[in-house]
Amino acid sequence: MDGWLLEPNQYELLRQGTLVTLQILAYSFGLGVVLSLAFGVARLSERRWVRGVALVYVELARGISSIVLLFVIAVAVPILLDVGQASLILLGCVALGINMGGYGAEIVRGSIQAIPRGQSEAAIALNLSPTQRLRHVVLPQALRIILPPMGNLTIEILKGTSLVSLIGVTDIMQAARNIRQQQLFNATAADVTVLFANILVVYFVLAQVINLAFRLGERRLARRYEGAAAELPVAVEHAGAGIGG
Amino acid sequence: MSAPWPRGAVDGDHLSYRPHRRWFRRPDVVVPLLVIVAVYAYLLLGVEETSFFRTRMTAKGTEHFDWMYFWHLVPLMWRGLLVTAKATVMGFTIAATLGFVLALGRRSRLRILSWPTAAAIEFVRSTPLLVQLFFAQALVRSTDALSLEPISILMVGLGVHYATYCSEAYRAGIDSVPKGQWEAATALNLGPATTWSRVIVPQAVPNVLPALGNFLVAGFKDAPLGFILGVPGVLFFANTVRGEDFRPTEPYILAGIGFLMLSLPAAWALRRLERRIAYERTD
Repeated sequence: MDGWLLEPNQYELLRQGTLVTLQILAYSFGLGVVLSLAFGVARLSERRWVRGVALVYVELARGISSIVLLFVIAVAVPILLDVGQASLILLGCVALGINMGGYGAEIVRGSIQAIPRGQSEAAIALNLSPTQRLRHVVLPQALRIILPPMGNLTIEILKGTSLVSLIGVTDIMQAARNIRQQQLFNATAADVTVLFANILVVYFVLAQVINLAFRLGERRLARRYEGAAAELPVAVEHAGAGIGG
Repeated sequence: MSAPWPRGAVDGDHLSYRPHRRWFRRPDVVVPLLVIVAVYAYLLLGVEETSFFRTRMTAKGTEHFDWMYFWHLVPLMWRGLLVTAKATVMGFTIAATLGFVLALGRRSRLRILSWPTAAAIEFVRSTPLLVQLFFAQALVRSTDALSLEPISILMVGLGVHYATYCSEAYRAGIDSVPKGQWEAATALNLGPATTWSRVIVPQAVPNVLPALGNFLVAGFKDAPLGFILGVPGVLFFANTVRGEDFRPTEPYILAGIGFLMLSLPAAWALRRLERRIAYERTD
């Protein structure tokens, strides 16, 4: 077993890299969720041009490869727009977030469409505004359908974060390459396969943690819908009696 | 879903609808198949990997975006894109084959077979392709018996990565075949080989095709990663031009546009296929 471990100071470098990876994951996840909700809802809008804009965004974000998009945003766009030295982490997060938003928007659209029409009609009958209808009736129910594919998508984004090392962010992947440089510099006869095997394990563990978190979230949601009325969000009561559940 | 006849058979005469023609007599199967074979042959035989991306003009340094220079780069980009497409197609061939084997392994009743397969699938699925490629490169370099070109490493890497995705799709497809079909095969005293090849696979594979197509497109989006191994794909082109001419804007944007030109029609064709298969299954 001893041959498959690294030295303690190398693990320290990897730990720092992992923190950066998690940071990028958190930012791009946040941006991705916002974009998914916004464009997923926009794709079902009554106005034609809103639908069109959302469709163009979704097709572009899904059609382009995340790695190419990353390079376009991190290298080409700052020059084109005359922005000076922008933060690479920020640009990386923007690229990953845009990419996630494209896939997420389709998930959101599909799950909203899966909600029975009667729910919307009931909300209209209760005189809820379109925003209230979405916020208090449709989205809470859609969330149950959104969560499982969203978990998979988050794991895809975690895998995507490894790409930011290519534009020069010191995430875990870049930390690994730095360790490799160190090894070459010290002329230590270390096996590179071991190093990358360790990185693979770190990503695997992170992915399992995300998986578990989403499973827990799903279970909580499921419990909320199984008649535990006390756990309904308070805000529903402002919207009108008898909705939800 | 109003008319239960596939396109082309509707023309006035319903009797011309012959659902049980052999597959090689159905133009809707043969034509796409021929197109696929032609593309395959061209990519395999007609595309060479040359890492020679030299421009013959210099952009105007005062401009952020020089259109002349941009158009000048198009043929170079196209060459890189073809190499990327080649790696994708070959990698996907590995993925589609290996994926089926993995799906069988995972469905196996022997726990000693199914558990390690499931673990391996889960592991490969949840780790990034980038790290896997680096790992594969290191493995190839440290093993004396192995010597692979960069593009072969990329193909195998893509193949193994997407095989795990494909295996899940196959598994879903196999599970979607009704239990009665298995029972009928048993009742007819068909052996395992006949059951699989004549009963299960013909029903499972059409369901799986759209998912496989999606993975093909996804693999195409991951294939430019090959530039870390030195595969002269579309990103390798952009990086080379950026390094030689110090013009990062045009090549990267061109790479992005070139990508969309291939992946958007592919995605569109897939959606058509998906609708069509759903349509055939409803009648």
